[in-house]
Amino acid sequence: MNTDILIEFAINVLSMGSLYALIAMGLCFVFGICRLINFAHGEFITVSAYTLYYLGTFTNIPWPFVFLLVVIVGLVVGYLSELIAYRPFRGRSLDALLVTSFAISIILQRLFQLGISPRSRAVPVPAYFNMNVTLFGVITPLRNLLLVGTTVILLVVVMLIMKYTPLGIAMRGASEDFVTARLMGVPANLVISVAFIISGLLAGVVAVFWSARTGSVEPLMGATPLLIGFISIVIGGMHSLPGSVVGGYVYALIANLLSLTLPSTLLSFRDAIMFVIVISFLILKPEGLLRGSYQEERVG
Amino acid sequence: MNKKSFFNVEGLNKSFAGLKAVNDVSMHIETGEILGLIGPNGSGKTTAINIMTGMIKRDSGKITIDEHNIGDMPAYLVPVYGLVRTYQTIRLFKSMTCLENAMMGAIGVGIGRRAASEIAGELLEEVGLGESIGLPAERLTFRDQRLLEIARALAASPKFLLLDEPAAGLNEEETDMLLSLLKTLPGSRNIGILIVDHDMRLIMNLCNRLQVLNYGRTIAEGLPKDVQKNPEVVNAYLGSTAS
Repeated sequence: MNTDILIEFAINVLSMGSLYALIAMGLCFVFGICRLINFAHGEFITVSAYTLYYLGTFTNIPWPFVFLLVVIVGLVVGYLSELIAYRPFRGRSLDALLVTSFAISIILQRLFQLGISPRSRAVPVPAYFNMNVTLFGVITPLRNLLLVGTTVILLVVVMLIMKYTPLGIAMRGASEDFVTARLMGVPANLVISVAFIISGLLAGVVAVFWSARTGSVEPLMGATPLLIGFISIVIGGMHSLPGSVVGGYVYALIANLLSLTLPSTLLSFRDAIMFVIVISFLILKPEGLLRGSYQEERVG
Repeated sequence: MNKKSFFNVEGLNKSFAGLKAVNDVSMHIETGEILGLIGPNGSGKTTAINIMTGMIKRDSGKITIDEHNIGDMPAYLVPVYGLVRTYQTIRLFKSMTCLENAMMGAIGVGIGRRAASEIAGELLEEVGLGESIGLPAERLTFRDQRLLEIARALAASPKFLLLDEPAAGLNEEETDMLLSLLKTLPGSRNIGILIVDHDMRLIMNLCNRLQVLNYGRTIAEGLPKDVQKNPEVVNAYLGSTAS
């Protein structure tokens, strides 16, 4: 009995944590290069989720291709928003970029509300997503295992790219000191575009598993993952990709611990307690768990 | 045997809020020689280097390497055409390893990973950092960080290397080491060097020619021994420090 609870707890932390880690990493890629918290990241997820809704509901495209298309849409939205909305403002103040990211976020939300529907839509997922499997005596839907597996693969791929490819090394250099990297021959447009593309791609993956979990998509759904991702990178360290991943899992761990241990009368205050923890992080350890190395200077 | 390249700066001007930081400065370096750029603090030396590498925009003037007009190129293309620099305050990628730092120089100019890694490894050996290849740059001593910056710049296989106060913060012994390293570079790698420094012993022993700036203007140029005797230079620069 007790071990069952423990195993269930572990599965919950790992699956939720994987999702949060992917969101956090998406935010962190853009923040690392541009020093910008992209408030439109939640809407990258929403766009991809709507793609899943339309393709899954109205077409007979096989699921693997649907997922591929969902991820490609996320990637394209990431790239286009950089091209259209951020690039013209680069070199202006950071505030300008921040406002721009709010603008994209709000414009996309309103487009969904006006063009699709303010109400939520049921998102179809393949039957095997919700198939129950037994793991160490605990029953869990298969999608949780798929999520953890997908995340592990993505983390390994991203790590290999960042560690061993010229582009990855250039991006790490640029995230530490953009000006110097540029003077060493690294094109600014390239690394910034790639950061947004990877960020959008990760948002696409998140969209699949997020809407599989909630079962629906609606115009304002991006707010929650954005907040979670933001908190995760604050916990983990905003300047470190591994930090953002750790932050995602730590967030899931704390949230699940609170759910497990809080008396039922306090359970409704779980989010408030979560925020208290985040605020204490900002006060006591503002650099996060893993401190990345970086220059304060911004892309100019 | 080695093809000569020419780095030419003509009539460079730059004002900050009405103050002429660089005033009609021209400069000529060819591969194989070392030009020392000296002058009192605030005379425009670092500003000149920042402009030449595309870090800040100039008001007017022409900057070329051979027939390539690098002054009109985006900053990231400048190293591709053969011009790289080091910094007065060290600007390494601190959390990356020494090898990765040096590789950045090569990667930046479009060299593939394998070749970049080889070039970087050889250069680290050459400057004496062979032992530290896998260490994060921030763990190096100050002297070694200076050397790593030079290795990183050389990894781009530049034709011209701009060194902004490479001896700043080094003691006499370390400066001697730097001197003997730098002295070999023009011959062994067929590069031209522009060096800015306040260490007159280093400058006098290293440079083939000197150019002196004061208030953003060139006040003297020529052989080190001649420049040293130039009364205007003594007055503006040496007079205030050499006592």
